[in-house]
Amino acid sequence: MPKDGGIGDSTKRREDIRFLTGKGRYTDDINLRGQAYAYFLRSEVANGRINGIDAKAALAMPGVLAVLTGADFAGMGGNPAGWLINSRNGEPMKEPKRPVLAHGKVRHVGDAYAVVIAETYQQARDAAAAVEADITELPAVVDMAQALADSTNLVHDEIGTNQCFDWGWIEDNRAAVEEAFKNAPHVTTLELTNNRLVPNAMEPRASLADYDAGTGDYKLYTTSQNPHLHRLLIAAFVMGMPENKLTVIAPDVGGGFGSKIYHYGEEAAVLHAAKVLNRPVKWVAERSESFLSDAHGRDHVTKIELATTKDGQFLALRSETMANVGAYLSNFSTATPTFLHGTLMAGPYKTPLVYVNVKTVFTNTAPVDAYRGAGRPEATFSIERIIDKCARELGLDQAEIRRKNLLTPDQFPYTTPVGLVYDTGNYQATLDKMTELADLAGFEARRAESAKRGKLRGLGLSTWIEACGIAPSNLVGVLGARVGLFDAATVRVNATGNISVMTGAHSHGQGHETVFAQIVAEQLGIPATSVEIVHGDTSKIPFGMGSYGSRSLAVAGSAMTKAVDKIIAKGKKIAAHMLEASEDDIEFKDGNFSVAGTDKAKSFGEIAFSAYVPHNYPLESLEPGLEETAFYDPGNFTYPAGAYACEVEVDPDTGKVEIAAFTCADDFGNVMNPMIVNGQVHGGVGQGIGQALLENTSYDENGQLLTGSFMDYAMPRADDVPFYKVDHSCNTPCTHNPLGVKGCGEAGAIGSPPAVVNAVIDALHRGGHTHVSHINMPVSPARVWAAINSK
Amino acid sequence: MHSFELVKPKTLADAVAALADGAQALSGGQTLLPTMKQRLADPGTLVSLTGIPELQGVCQGDAGIIIGGATPHAVVAREAAKYYPGLAALAGQIGDPAVRNRGTIGGSIANNDPSACYPAAVLGSGATIVTNTREIAADDYFLGMFETALEEGEIVTAVKFPVPQKAAYAKFVQPASRFALVGAFVAQFADGVRVAITGASNNGVFRWPEAEAALSASFTPEALKGLTLPADDMIADLHGSAEYRAHLCGVMTKRAVMAAG
Repeated sequence: MPKDGGIGDSTKRREDIRFLTGKGRYTDDINLRGQAYAYFLRSEVANGRINGIDAKAALAMPGVLAVLTGADFAGMGGNPAGWLINSRNGEPMKEPKRPVLAHGKVRHVGDAYAVVIAETYQQARDAAAAVEADITELPAVVDMAQALADSTNLVHDEIGTNQCFDWGWIEDNRAAVEEAFKNAPHVTTLELTNNRLVPNAMEPRASLADYDAGTGDYKLYTTSQNPHLHRLLIAAFVMGMPENKLTVIAPDVGGGFGSKIYHYGEEAAVLHAAKVLNRPVKWVAERSESFLSDAHGRDHVTKIELATTKDGQFLALRSETMANVGAYLSNFSTATPTFLHGTLMAGPYKTPLVYVNVKTVFTNTAPVDAYRGAGRPEATFSIERIIDKCARELGLDQAEIRRKNLLTPDQFPYTTPVGLVYDTGNYQATLDKMTELADLAGFEARRAESAKRGKLRGLGLSTWIEACGIAPSNLVGVLGARVGLFDAATVRVNATGNISVMTGAHSHGQGHETVFAQIVAEQLGIPATSVEIVHGDTSKIPFGMGSYGSRSLAVAGSAMTKAVDKIIAKGKKIAAHMLEASEDDIEFKDGNFSVAGTDKAKSFGEIAFSAYVPHNYPLESLEPGLEETAFYDPGNFTYPAGAYACEVEVDPDTGKVEIAAFTCADDFGNVMNPMIVNGQVHGGVGQGIGQALLENTSYDENGQLLTGSFMDYAMPRADDVPFYKVDHSCNTPCTHNPLGVKGCGEAGAIGSPPAVVNAVIDALHRGGHTHVSHINMPVSPARVWAAINSK
Repeated sequence: MHSFELVKPKTLADAVAALADGAQALSGGQTLLPTMKQRLADPGTLVSLTGIPELQGVCQGDAGIIIGGATPHAVVAREAAKYYPGLAALAGQIGDPAVRNRGTIGGSIANNDPSACYPAAVLGSGATIVTNTREIAADDYFLGMFETALEEGEIVTAVKFPVPQKAAYAKFVQPASRFALVGAFVAQFADGVRVAITGASNNGVFRWPEAEAALSASFTPEALKGLTLPADDMIADLHGSAEYRAHLCGVMTKRAVMAAG
């Protein structure tokens, strides 16, 4: 049994008290004296030439302080892509400048080209209507295939093409993969899309900028998943100032799902405006702005092929993908469809040969970047759908074809044909556990019962893996990353024995304040209530890289553990001094430092107090204070994996799909707080069900967003999801981080969409609609009905 | 939202007077306020109808029940149940609790959204729309998508519903908005059956005479077998093709008959 409040305890989330009682402090809750308000003017056309912007009338309106346009920022740097990808022919990717505000051209509906600053938000908005923007609409490039085929109608004229890059992974394997396909006894082919998603974090993006004319220091309160990354991008790349002149504070943040990793132009715009006006400037996005301008997710069109023996043994897999990057390169938009997608295409399987081709395409749509799972849901969907189709073609059971091809525990560490080294896993164990929990043996009886009610019941499986705990800097550097992906923690033991932990990770709903305290408390043998977690403020925390890619625990948690190790080592030095013993004889256990083999001991609190009241310290060999910082850079990704089963009921008269049951057996390595892990899985699977059944981002041929509000963009609601069965008892602890943890934040969103779609196809087949081999997500009632009636 | 004046009359007469200057009537605001928030409407002056006692409530009349024009859906769901359960059930499925506690029957049918639920009940029941100047039969009231027989400044003060022997509403929701993608209201009266469909047509709510005839002969789901509606005038959008909506009209009518029992 885990200790109360220690590792493995389902401690309730301490932060929830303030969130649930309205005491959270989000960016919009912060108000500075004299603050002004910003309203951004956004393009109403998908592609247009800006001939001129006349702000005279707007400037004359009540309360208006300034109108800034693209021209005011033209001297600043571009918002960079964080990852350099080379095309198959060796050419570097095309990297058009992404300005703070659109200048010369607007490139998607919602592209901000001017900002009005006024005394009140309403005044800014009123004045925006008086800004006269002369914009000539140009033909929009929306469809990816057309964008690639058309060399005259370009999103960025200066790069001469709509293709950002044409990437092959691994190019050297291409010939062998092609050869394997030529000789294969069976080839299964599937064309599919991975639907574009709008992240829709509950809190929209917001920024409050402050400038101190006395010191020249800037401060930005903003909705960030990674304040230091924001500071780096804004200071070093866009605004051109020393990083130490900018403090970025991400206070409570209401969800991110990837969309708040990135630096957006609005942040630099309000910082600059704060300096120009010498007043704080606040901007809070309206929901419709979020739809138009937050980085969207997914948006792949893929042809995937699987070569097998007649009995379903995988011989080779290849895929060709067009990935939409939208109108500009967002910070991780080039990494997401490549190294977060292509490197996962071996899945948890023994497939010996894999080749992945990805062409990224500029279109006149909102930028697309990492969204919960980021590339790995796209890979998993392709793999698990093609396996499903292959099993149907070969007449094999869905579990058996997977079992036949899953890597076995004796194969670890396993080097995949797409460049990763899986350190550990037991995919049979999670498949067995899922089989038991989902009662697959009882499926037929449940199907018969559904049939009595006129419903078609289907079963879909997904055995998924992901690479997370992003990421080893060594590895990603070789692969083109322009950033390191370490993290950092400072553990400060205060004189009275309580602890402040400053972490580079950022919690925007994950529960770090609870879990990190559990970890540090367990390691120091003190109550978790004595540990406070500090995050989100570059002036308080060490330089860390923030939270995304299920990295917080595996990377920042490891940094914390290393820092605690240093605290214990220092505590031993102090104890040795106090107990007049040799440092080597000091043992630390359950919060006490003792001399081995004696009853001489000092409690953690006594050591802490002594560190700050260092009377008679031998100062030449023992520093006062008890505070340590550690940076941790992982040796590898972590590889959570699991087996999911989804049962659906399809109403053949309406096409409506209901999730009847959803079972998850996951291997997340060691689990720190089972309740929080359950919550992460529930949320991730809910998002996956949203993608599979409901969420659709649709632009018309002119680049107008048709799904720009919740009236047309369907988010999953409570009654769209079932009560989940979630298990994480089949653990293979990660071999290369001190906690043996793998990461659980994205798992549900990665593993669930194919399970849902496989279940729908299964239901239709069992119902006699065997002509339906695939339905693109979202598998809406209209699409299911159309598929049933497509014969 | 643009700034606006809000007038809160206590009587119908004051409301009518306030509207005479071209002001906009505001009932529950479930359509108008979001439109104003998006700055797609700038009415200048709003005349609130929700503080007028004579527009509130559900009561029994000579020939059925009378619902005040500014009665919220939640009140209808609760208070009409003992008189007209089919209508109360429909009111209880509109939107979510927040919508049901603000939105009103008069506001809904004055707006006549082609995907709203209430028009199906009003037309399907053969109700009478009472305004400050006249009474309008449902068959003469709904003139097309967002169009009604109301004149400028005319206020829906009440809706009179005859109570059928049996009635039910079956709604298939649009996945995002949860408005009716297709909703069918069937009502069996002593002299025949009425069927009204919402959500499906480019012309707004409509009656389905063939289904009415079939169900008048035999009020059973089987009676609808083989009956189809043409897709020509059906709405086609992201959430469903015209053919899909035409098909759903049949399915939901059948389900409404089954629910009516």
